[in-house]
Amino acid sequence: MKDKTYNVTFGGVGGQGILKASEICGWAAMFDGYRVKKSEVHGMAQRGGSVESHVRFGRKVYSPLISAGDADFLVCFHHDEHKRLKEFLKPAGTDLFAYLDRARAAVENPRHLNTLLVGVLSAGLPIRQECWMKAIETVFKRKIVQENKEVFLKGREMGKS
Amino acid sequence: MSKKIITDRVLLSGNEALAYGAYEAGLKVACAYPGTPSTEILETLARFEELDVQWSVNEKVAFEVALGSAIGGVRSLFACKHVGLNVAMDPLMTASYTGIEAGFVVVVCDDPGMHSSQNEQDTRWVSIYAKLPLLEPASPGEAKQFVKEAFKISERFDTPVLLRMTTRISHTKEDVKLTNRVVPEQPPFEKRIQKYVMVPGHAYARHILVEKRLKKLKAFSERTRLNRIEPGSKKLGFITSSITYHYLKERYPDASYLKLGMTQPFCDDKIRQFAAGVKKLFVVEELDPYLEEHIKTLGVKFSAKHPSYRIGELNPQLVQEAVEGKVKREKKVAKRKPRLCPGCPHWHTFAILKKLGFFVAGDIGCYTLACLPPTSALHSCICMGAGVTLNEGWRKGAPNEKIVGVLGDSTFVHSGVTGLINAAYNKARGIIFILDNSTTAMTGGQQHPATGLTIRNEPTKKLVLEDLCRACGADNVDVVDPQNHTDFERIVTKRIEQDALSVIISRHPCKLLKR
Repeated sequence: MKDKTYNVTFGGVGGQGILKASEICGWAAMFDGYRVKKSEVHGMAQRGGSVESHVRFGRKVYSPLISAGDADFLVCFHHDEHKRLKEFLKPAGTDLFAYLDRARAAVENPRHLNTLLVGVLSAGLPIRQECWMKAIETVFKRKIVQENKEVFLKGREMGKS
Repeated sequence: MSKKIITDRVLLSGNEALAYGAYEAGLKVACAYPGTPSTEILETLARFEELDVQWSVNEKVAFEVALGSAIGGVRSLFACKHVGLNVAMDPLMTASYTGIEAGFVVVVCDDPGMHSSQNEQDTRWVSIYAKLPLLEPASPGEAKQFVKEAFKISERFDTPVLLRMTTRISHTKEDVKLTNRVVPEQPPFEKRIQKYVMVPGHAYARHILVEKRLKKLKAFSERTRLNRIEPGSKKLGFITSSITYHYLKERYPDASYLKLGMTQPFCDDKIRQFAAGVKKLFVVEELDPYLEEHIKTLGVKFSAKHPSYRIGELNPQLVQEAVEGKVKREKKVAKRKPRLCPGCPHWHTFAILKKLGFFVAGDIGCYTLACLPPTSALHSCICMGAGVTLNEGWRKGAPNEKIVGVLGDSTFVHSGVTGLINAAYNKARGIIFILDNSTTAMTGGQQHPATGLTIRNEPTKKLVLEDLCRACGADNVDVVDPQNHTDFERIVTKRIEQDALSVIISRHPCKLLKR
């Protein structure tokens, strides 16, 4: 395993499935043998406030928070929040905001948007596909696992192209 | 890297990890009242069927039930948010004297940055005041490990143990390993009058033991691995605790560290030894100068953060700026503010209160958000239950104003009911609105006595709020659905004109309730 720590910042507003998206990423990294820290702010999330979640994984992770300019990836679901969260991104980091419109068009059920974007994200992270699959099985209720796997794979293809 | 999928670890939040740790340590009884950021501790424990877990009416009650269980001989836990411990301070102070028969852990979750709280108190000071040992885990993994250690310390030194978390630790998830549950043998049940009846003579004798206990705990603090030196560069050393340790490690990986996990009593010898071994010493911590103030008394020379950093939560960047000797710059962040959900019944209640131009003594709950513009129809928020009592006092100061009190159903049961009895007894007038959405909504929808369901959603005796209010001495008790504006306004207008103590139960279920 490389010594690098991977930093992914997720953001949006309450109700967009941000915590679920970061949950998939955190579990997938763990299944692949990384040490993981994932921070999230809730309590006010259901009330439409800003929601932000940071996922960090590597050989050893200290801070659960990503500092400004340190994120390898930014996965943001909301235009206003994007303005605020951009500062997290490394100069050479990848901003998945460019995929948001395409992702919206690609999902039939708007509730799948978060899973699709995690799929796009997965194309850029050194985590094996079977670990992503197991993460999806872990975080979703059984009856919606299959549909989320399909949406994820669609996103993964979108991320590779 | 191995090609296998790692399945012996799970991703748990600090609160979940703490709950699993307590479970594995043989915990039997856990009590709490919901409060962000502590709520998930009890929710996680409630999943284990062999445990006796309850939402209590308030923190004082929760503390006492858990203490009673520990005196009764089983490992017990009380969990609360920082301001919740204020409610339980009365039993806490004397439980320090009585001690216990089986392990008793008091978990308190501070909220630096006030993600969802009315103040930013640093509860570590309570450990000095109550003469109790204090553990400060720095991560979910440590929360799990430290709670086990806390039960051992509790039993070995016959003391409740404070375990202090913060929002960032409670709500960070980390991969942790689970192990088997081991239940310790139960001590024999005995009557011990001199230990548990705190009349002055007995309490004097117990106080002597408390002071002796502090000495023994201090010797333990010097030896324990909870306080560990991590040797690094001799040029730069940090004494730190809690989440700040991780922020520092991120920015100063090569420095030497004294990472304190037990911060009451302090390991003075270890601190002096560490300080003597580094050229430049920093003491860095979140919120109050709790470590600083003590280490100063040892005559150790160190640098610390500028007082401006005592306000708000730290992060790696702020920690670095503080170490560099900077003053904190208050940044304006355009974060989206929370608001009442679309379709929330509180909108209807506050539309009428605003229309009628009332001064509203408010309380703690979702409805506190009604203070925000453009509604701006709630005019105070101090603590649980004060919607009732502030109303009573406020009217004494401004007898000609139209003043009312509001609070939620869960908040009313928590500590509004005593205020209502007080108002009736002291001939107070006016209207108390109970905004009854049939749940503890702000913390995510927990049950309480008036929902008629337990923490495990099992049916139980249901508290009938209207009967209770009549029994307290309210002259009028009306139950209205606030969505029915005409009826609601008619009743409010009628009651405000009467020389009476009225309760209006504004009843409509929360939109987020799972049906």
